Amino acid sequence: MTAHFPILQVIIPLFAAPLCLFLRIPRLVGVFAIFVSAAAFLISYGLLQEVITHGTISYKLGGWPAPWGIEYRIDTLNSFLLLLVSGVSTVVLLASLSSISRELPQNRHTYFYTAYLLCLTGLLGILATADAFNVFVFLEISSLSSYTIIAIGTDRRALAASYQYLIMGTIGATFILIGVGLMYMMTGTLNMYDLAERLPAVYKSKTVLSAFGFFIVGVCLKLALFPLHLWLPNAYAYAPSITTAFLAATSTKVAVYVLIRYIFSVFGIEFVDMSLPLGDIFLILGLVGIFVASISATFQLNIKRLFAYSSVAQIGYIILGLAIETQLGITATLLHLFNHALMKAALFLAIGAVFYRIGSAQLNHYAGLGKKMPLTMAAIVAGGLSLIGVPLTVGFVSKWYLVVALLDKGWWPVAVLVLLSSLIAVIYVWRVVEWVYFTPPRIITEEVKEAPLSQLIPIWMLVLANIYFGVDTRLTVGVSKLAAQSLFGVNL
Amino acid sequence: MNIIGLYNYWIVVVLMLIGFYIVIAHENLIKKLVGLTIFQTSVFFLYISMGKVAGATAPILDENYQIYSNPLPHVLILTAIVVGIATTALGLALVVRIYEAYGSIEENDIQVQDTHDRLECQLEAYGRQKPPTLFDQETN
Repeated sequence: MTAHFPILQVIIPLFAAPLCLFLRIPRLVGVFAIFVSAAAFLISYGLLQEVITHGTISYKLGGWPAPWGIEYRIDTLNSFLLLLVSGVSTVVLLASLSSISRELPQNRHTYFYTAYLLCLTGLLGILATADAFNVFVFLEISSLSSYTIIAIGTDRRALAASYQYLIMGTIGATFILIGVGLMYMMTGTLNMYDLAERLPAVYKSKTVLSAFGFFIVGVCLKLALFPLHLWLPNAYAYAPSITTAFLAATSTKVAVYVLIRYIFSVFGIEFVDMSLPLGDIFLILGLVGIFVASISATFQLNIKRLFAYSSVAQIGYIILGLAIETQLGITATLLHLFNHALMKAALFLAIGAVFYRIGSAQLNHYAGLGKKMPLTMAAIVAGGLSLIGVPLTVGFVSKWYLVVALLDKGWWPVAVLVLLSSLIAVIYVWRVVEWVYFTPPRIITEEVKEAPLSQLIPIWMLVLANIYFGVDTRLTVGVSKLAAQSLFGVNL
Repeated sequence: MNIIGLYNYWIVVVLMLIGFYIVIAHENLIKKLVGLTIFQTSVFFLYISMGKVAGATAPILDENYQIYSNPLPHVLILTAIVVGIATTALGLALVVRIYEAYGSIEENDIQVQDTHDRLECQLEAYGRQKPPTLFDQETN
């Protein structure tokens, strides 16, 4: 049984998704989805334990050995992210029962859970697989289902946003497909570790270089790196709250994983250094992205759009860690991946809880909510503090590691800029606080009360996780360091 | 030298650029999807022509033939074709719903309506018409 964990992880949600269509009763489907996601979470926890004690797991699909069959390979890096994705998904689903019934028409609930589970399948599949083409397939499974869960709501702007995401996402995925095709052309293999062995022989070839170029641009579209982020703010802002919480916490993170995996495990860092000034490109785009997106965030009136821009900025920090190209830098990147997922899931769930009560995500409608929904608002403030990077929150831990990594590399001006950019985060978080606590109520009536427990519990689970991992960093830092070591170990 | 010999790649590149140009240049949401499909189809050609081995036959075992084409790229691209169909279907479904919601499938009309909505929200929040800022335009 445990031997089949790597594939069960992906198969369980994949089979559960069509089963949802048979269950039909919306509440039942919701509970079923929670159990499925929880099963994936438990499996990924088991995998992480297994990987930490026994090392990398290699699983051959259907018993076919690696270059012919598809191999799933679980190491520290992806088991850590599997845990994150399935964990966040489970917590978000806990809040979905009430939130979805408020935001979606009754007849769409079943379809929502079906598409949600397919999206989860895709994300877990990308993480687990060691086959280059399999990555593309799972990427499309997760993308197509995320276009669906974005557009499924009643806000018409979500339709346009989802369409825009579909166009840009498909271009990105097709670029990835071209990259994989060109790699196959040169090496005749699709297995990532086989590729890593055969690519050095053809490093000088222009085909490999263009494969790399297509691949990087495609993945950067998916992860919303600064000039390619245009699909993200609208898609996050107008999607149903549960969708936003789930996608903001997981989908861009998984794309970053793909980027890391290909740079380090497939192409190898020497090839990257030799062929493209990727570090410099990432450094500049990351920094510009952080500033432009943070400043944009301070101008937003829609609170979901505000935090969506902040997500683009956080991607900038994550990419900055990659640009450093040292073990410390990768550790910071991985930490921020994990920590940012926790923050954004908590924030967007809290925003969803407010939507549940007042039916709006406009900041001006938040005026006076501080007294009416104290616990939810406290969660938003805690999430905001974590975004800024206040000590005792996860945001502090990852910014600390990022700054240490930058100083270690000798890039102190960049470290100064990172700290300055945190001040912009103070501005947009303060704007929220000002509307919530210091503005007289506008549309808030007497009837508005605290969010229901079914939403408060998941929100506060995430907020407490934010604080817990901000104080006790053994798991996150330990695993990130191990993963960074193994990434460099493969290639040095 | 073999510029003519590599004609399959020329077709791929030309189709790819035509498709990409349509996606970028056209305002009409259906035409954009047409462009996207052409763009994806060019990649199917890339894969299919990759599997061709000079002088080889279809990969069906027969004692009269020794060399076979590589069937793997063809199998891969079958998957990608299915993905492409799903994408087009989903895109068209979205366009139908966009038409129902906005009464138009021209990108410009939709943006005008969205901007109008946003300005109204700002009017409600701040009590005065705020001119669109640099950052509002950037997202359009």
